[in-house]
Amino acid sequence: MPIPAQTAAAPPPVLEVTNIEVVFKKTVQVLRGLSLTVPRGCIVALLGSNGAGKSTTLKAVSNLLGLENGAISAGTIRFDGRPVAGLPPHELVRAGLFHVMEGRRIFEDLSVEENLVAATYARTGRAGSAAGRFDLVYEYFPNLHERRSVRAGYLSGGEQQMLAIGRALVAEPSLILLDEPSLGLSPRLVEEIFAIIARINAEQGTSMLLVEQNAALAFAVASYGYIMETGRIVIDGPVERLARDRDVREFYLGLGGAGGEHRSYRDVKHYKRRKRWLS
Amino acid sequence: MTFDWLLLAEVSLAGLGTGGLYALTALAFVIIYKATRVVNLAIGEILMLGAYAFFGFTATLALPWWAAALGALAVAGVFGAVTERLVIRPMLGESPIAVFMVTVGLGSILVGLVEILWTADPRRLPEFMPATPVFIGEAFLAPKIAYGFLVAAAVITVFMVLFRTWRGGVALRATAGDRAAAYSVGINVPGVFSLAWVIACVVAAGAGILVGAIGGISSTMGVFGLSVLVVVIVGGLDSVPGALVGGLLIGLIEALAGFYLGGEYKLLATFSLLVAVLMVRPYGLFGTREIERL
Repeated sequence: MPIPAQTAAAPPPVLEVTNIEVVFKKTVQVLRGLSLTVPRGCIVALLGSNGAGKSTTLKAVSNLLGLENGAISAGTIRFDGRPVAGLPPHELVRAGLFHVMEGRRIFEDLSVEENLVAATYARTGRAGSAAGRFDLVYEYFPNLHERRSVRAGYLSGGEQQMLAIGRALVAEPSLILLDEPSLGLSPRLVEEIFAIIARINAEQGTSMLLVEQNAALAFAVASYGYIMETGRIVIDGPVERLARDRDVREFYLGLGGAGGEHRSYRDVKHYKRRKRWLS
Repeated sequence: MTFDWLLLAEVSLAGLGTGGLYALTALAFVIIYKATRVVNLAIGEILMLGAYAFFGFTATLALPWWAAALGALAVAGVFGAVTERLVIRPMLGESPIAVFMVTVGLGSILVGLVEILWTADPRRLPEFMPATPVFIGEAFLAPKIAYGFLVAAAVITVFMVLFRTWRGGVALRATAGDRAAAYSVGINVPGVFSLAWVIACVVAAGAGILVGAIGGISSTMGVFGLSVLVVVIVGGLDSVPGALVGGLLIGLIEALAGFYLGGEYKLLATFSLLVAVLMVRPYGLFGTREIERL
């Protein structure tokens, strides 16, 4: 595949999605011209309500759409400056783009360590031993070391999420797509997981595209945010600015709108139905 | 008149011996099902292909038996790779029934091919196993069955160890567990499918050589696959231990029913067991729950 020349001064962003459209079963359009960029070394948050198309966006990037009868019908995706359309998912992973899927998707019948062994396939064609990465995983998640020979299906939800992130660490990717790591976990565990996500970003320099329902959590670790609704981006900006935005505060942070008065859900729903993000 | 316990032991041993071959063929079936979720009804015919390839190499090309066996396994491996790539992979994502019917067709094609090449007449494979009688305690066991069983047991053991220790075994089990997740950790899923078909066809061909050495070969020997289907349904479509236990169990029951009740009761006994198991455990003795039903 020809690699387009890049000027040395401006390295390309690790991920650049331009105007993609995704159609399922050749009939249902889920993404309508979505664009986003993940600068190198940054955590970028992708927020939105259920069914907005967040997971679909991630699957479009990691090319796992085909397994669900979905396809990208327009637009381009560049990873490390290189267009990646049509690259088989396992080759994308081996190139350094790792997708931690929603619902953790660990291999339940395999032991904890075997789950990590499976992730060594992501290192195919790369130098360096995987053993050091195992140590790193166990350093970030000491629980996993204790339970390394346990069948992964018997782990608690939090440990399963740690294992899912651990597999990504073994792969040593340059970009992790992280789909709702807080799903179904207790607040304390969520805090712990997010602290580690921030640490991995800081210590390993791994860029991340983070999909999250919990906007406050996402804003705590991310530097830039995108908010999507029904298949497109409606607002984006640095998280500090998003956190001050009236609509974002009301709908995503639950901090009340205009006067800070407590609104009933019915009012909000009514209001939201009439509200147009884009005129 | 007292009951002849020695006879019972001999019949049981012979049944377990055949059961070992059932287990081996069932292993081939399970490998494909586990990795690709394809119900491969052509497994009996692939077994036949292996036996005929062996026959061709020994009788027609006059190779020594070990070279012929290696050749037959290689033919089956190539057959597996080509079939997976050209016939099965394009069917990915189609309804399971459609893929299932494709394997039925594949079986018929193999039977036709064998009849064109070697006619439908039954043949005998050259003798290659030691003929000295085998005694276990006082019970006599036909040497071919004994050696067939030993080979089957060795191969199954090797596979069970490989599944646990070899990295490819991890990839196979990961793919079996969650295809999308396997992709997401960098496993070449189509490669695993291909490998599963190659391994399964080689195993089935090996079983075919053993079955053929014991009972001779014919273009109808694919019906062996029917008993194997019972074995995997009883044991669980996706379970290696299930294939092992199911194989021995069906072999034993067939032998006992055939000897004490008469040959016509063989099928009755095994299918009664099948119905009984399905009523209690619809996913087989060792199978994963909520597996698709046939």
